[in-house]
Amino acid sequence: MASRRKVIENLFKSGAFMGFGGLLWGSAAGNAAETELALRPPGAFENDRDFVQACIKCGQCVEVCPYDTLKLATPGDGKAVGTPYFKPREIPCYMCTDIPCTRNCPSGALDLKRLQAKGSQPSIDTAKMGMAIIDPKACIAFWGIQCDVCYRACPLLDKALIIERKRNERTQKHAYLLPVVNGDHCTGCGVCEHVCVVEEAAISVLPVKIATGKAGGHYIKGWDKADEKRMELKEPATTDEEDIESGLNYLNEDNELY
Amino acid sequence: MASLRKNKFLILRRVSQLAILVLFFGGNYFGWKVLTGNYSSAKILDRIVLSDPYAVLQMLAGGYWAAADLLIGALIVLLFYAIIGGRFFCAWVCPVNLVSDFTAWSKRKLNIKNNKRIVLSRNVRYYLLALGLIISAVIGVAAFEMVSPVTILSRSIIFGVGGGWLFITALFLFDWAVARNGWCGYLCPLGAFYALNGKYGLLKVYHDKDNCTLCNECFSVCPEVQVLSRVGKKDGYIKSGECTLCARCIDVCEDNALNFAMNYIKNNHNKR
Repeated sequence: MASRRKVIENLFKSGAFMGFGGLLWGSAAGNAAETELALRPPGAFENDRDFVQACIKCGQCVEVCPYDTLKLATPGDGKAVGTPYFKPREIPCYMCTDIPCTRNCPSGALDLKRLQAKGSQPSIDTAKMGMAIIDPKACIAFWGIQCDVCYRACPLLDKALIIERKRNERTQKHAYLLPVVNGDHCTGCGVCEHVCVVEEAAISVLPVKIATGKAGGHYIKGWDKADEKRMELKEPATTDEEDIESGLNYLNEDNELY
Repeated sequence: MASLRKNKFLILRRVSQLAILVLFFGGNYFGWKVLTGNYSSAKILDRIVLSDPYAVLQMLAGGYWAAADLLIGALIVLLFYAIIGGRFFCAWVCPVNLVSDFTAWSKRKLNIKNNKRIVLSRNVRYYLLALGLIISAVIGVAAFEMVSPVTILSRSIIFGVGGGWLFITALFLFDWAVARNGWCGYLCPLGAFYALNGKYGLLKVYHDKDNCTLCNECFSVCPEVQVLSRVGKKDGYIKSGECTLCARCIDVCEDNALNFAMNYIKNNHNKR
């Protein structure tokens, strides 16, 4: 029979070992899971952390990808190890209509449900793998050179990528044909980035979370009837953020601000 | 032929390990549908989903309620190994076994003993098993899957991506520097998981004391020597779940003192 001292000592030692190992392992695994810049297959969770959590890293989406678009991250890629991602400049997503990658996922990390509007069939056109953004400094269309390569390559031509005309003041007689991304339609497939003719793509796909901003609920479009309805508060606001009424009136009241 | 018979289980094991790897590899490169995916989750004939129960457990601990396919797949695997017993996965399926067996073999050939200055307990793996679940719960991501040599090695073979060599080398060096089968026998939480899962399985090695000549050959090849405690002392099953069922002891035993037997069934003529 071990002495009480020995038992307690061993307990502490085991605890210390677990703590040491846990901190080391936890920080390594936690860092490895931190991947904001990965482009994921269609039908993935919006939040990348959720995706990494749900992905069992079996690579079956990669196996069925007919264009070898999808790759599995390895240690050193800076993406959660074993998870699928793609680099559009190398091989973009060609948006298979049968969506084999999403269909083959056993874990629910990729789910067809995220690719369908209510009551309709899943469609790759609703994918949100990322969003294209344009660097006007590098895009030669912004220099006045006629290049609409990305626009013509876009699988959702005239929806996700449109051409805007603007007068070229330099030549006084030509028009700029400027590519503009419509975030409502862009699937992030990256064909535009793939075909971009300049040395380093002037149009590139970023994860939606990084490419998009958010105006916040306190801006209301006065010219938009539907949006303006938000001002008609039916019940008292419960949080500061929803407290639009007081926000509207605070300047007209005599109360002190702080 | 004699050497074939003497290495029967070793050869069968290599065939099994390599066949699984080749099928996975072909699944990725040639589109074979026999076995697709990898050791984390796989599909047989494009139908039956299998998944790594420890990985799924980590996902659940991390707070993700996995899809039904995955849960059922994990259950199938869990039951399969629970029924067979022991760490059948470790010796017959896991690709890391190829590396650790090679290291153990090379150390044996060069007569290199375990490092006396770094002494690990074989129970460390059970702590790591628990720790893997705790960390998963804390960081919300399957923690062992992020660092597991099993999956990283298999992925680099099956998908031809990098990282595998690094891990093979690290494993090799660790086993060389610290202990024979150091990773598999002391640390691997997946092995620990299967040790617990397979404790009451059907397939066990049975020891016949009367035939034993105490030549110690089994001790020199066994990756988990602690499970052989009854050899030369007492008839009966090698009960421990830590036995990988690699059957190397059966191969090397010249005296017919060790053999596979069905647990529970042979009990009636068990001379105790």
